[in-house]
Amino acid sequence: MPGGPPAAPARALTGPEGRWSTGSLVNTALKRTPLYEAHVKAGARMVPFGGWEMPVQYAGIVEEHRAVRAAVGCFDVSHMGEFEVEGPHALAALQRLTTNDVAALDIGQVQYSLLCYPDGGIVDDLTLYRLAADRYMLTVNASNIDKDWSWVREHGAAARWRNVSDDTGLIAAQGPKAEALVGRLADCDVTSIAYYHFAEGRVAGVRALISRTGYTGEDGFELYVSAADTPRLWSALLDAGRGDGVVPVGLGARDTLRLEMRYALYGNDIDATTNPLEAGLGWIVKPAKGDFVGRDAIEKVRAAGPRRKLIGLEMADRSVARHGYPVTTPVASPGREGAPTVIGIITSGSYGPSVERSIAMAYVASAHAAVGTELGVEIRGQVKPGRVVKTPFHPSRVKK
Amino acid sequence: MPNVPAELKYTREHEWAKREGDRVRIGITAFAQEQLGDVVFVELPKVGAKVTAHQAFGVVESVKAVSDLFAPVSGEVVEVNSELPQKPETVNKDPYGKGWMILVKPSNAGELDQLLTAKQYEEFVAQGGGH
Repeated sequence: MPGGPPAAPARALTGPEGRWSTGSLVNTALKRTPLYEAHVKAGARMVPFGGWEMPVQYAGIVEEHRAVRAAVGCFDVSHMGEFEVEGPHALAALQRLTTNDVAALDIGQVQYSLLCYPDGGIVDDLTLYRLAADRYMLTVNASNIDKDWSWVREHGAAARWRNVSDDTGLIAAQGPKAEALVGRLADCDVTSIAYYHFAEGRVAGVRALISRTGYTGEDGFELYVSAADTPRLWSALLDAGRGDGVVPVGLGARDTLRLEMRYALYGNDIDATTNPLEAGLGWIVKPAKGDFVGRDAIEKVRAAGPRRKLIGLEMADRSVARHGYPVTTPVASPGREGAPTVIGIITSGSYGPSVERSIAMAYVASAHAAVGTELGVEIRGQVKPGRVVKTPFHPSRVKK
Repeated sequence: MPNVPAELKYTREHEWAKREGDRVRIGITAFAQEQLGDVVFVELPKVGAKVTAHQAFGVVESVKAVSDLFAPVSGEVVEVNSELPQKPETVNKDPYGKGWMILVKPSNAGELDQLLTAKQYEEFVAQGGGH
């Protein structure tokens, strides 16, 4: 490499899973979803992720990514956690626990929301489903299930909680042809389900909660079914979608798809040390609804203005700005003297297969967060040029 | 087992080396590109740079990982594959052909003989490829 060996040791060529593995769970037996056998049989490359053994890719990340943008892809997201909460105290418990306004949620509607710590840091991001007048479901990140389960029972003790994660399978069908595919297998009219709404019905004969949500920026559905029914639904979708060009999609493409939309990933872009406002999630924080855990701290940030902001960044060349790399002022050039200084940190970065550029998300000091601002990213000891761009990086095509 | 051409020499870091007269052409193996997945960026030294056997001479990035490229032999870089910055996917498509990386004028021809033969490399990969 030019200028000698890299500043930080890079992985050997065939080093294991890199950021797909989570160090904290190294000595714990990995969990498997109901589709584990199907993934192995299909030749998926399995990796540890958040305590689960998950497919990172089948045919290849770029190919799977493009299939979702052009046709339809199916994702096994059964590792996600689901909690049900019900009873006369459910609404009050959720209002206290989450940042969004649960009272605004109709039966059959879904809401993106957050659990926060008293200091405004983020416990988790989640989707909240109103199943009935006083019954709700929360979908939480796989690696946070245990932490969240303790948290909701501690801070929502008055309500009746049930952790149904192990009994629930979850398959996402995403892409411009997802509606046709799911519609062909469903016993109800899925075209009438609006974005962030759901219906209960049967898909391929399997009882399912059919949710018009996703993590790709494409139209599509997330199908909640019983763990036992999950393999049957998975094969039905892949069989019925053959003519549509359906492919199974691993976590690798799930990550590049969500990155192009600038969707936050817990553990990368948001965590206990980040607040919702600097993460650009102020739109799901509703202080007017009344008190909730973290409100005072978040409102203090709002009053002062966040010190740093999560921005979208585009690199000038194709080198990848990865999680943890320092973000700096621009490289010195005529008229801009002095060594670059560190002003932020990359939280997620990859080659974006649809935008065909190296893109990233980063926290930078608010003074450097405006679209068009030139920045540098320190990659292996060398500062490479990039700039703040508008997000999403790729236009969203969700059904609004 | 991915393709391992018999006429090439190999490193335990999954580079191949091919003698071409008094030059040595260098790239990564089919096994390596398969493990990496989609290659999206390749960083190579400039013509005239010196590379040292067993030391990093460049970097290859796939969607999910970044990896050093290790020189199989020491010497001076006399040619660089100028197509790779624009078409890094060539490394996946044709790792032993159009996906080559650098051409080196070796300073110690004996180093080439110390590399793994195709048979030795195949056994190395079959035993887990070093991990």
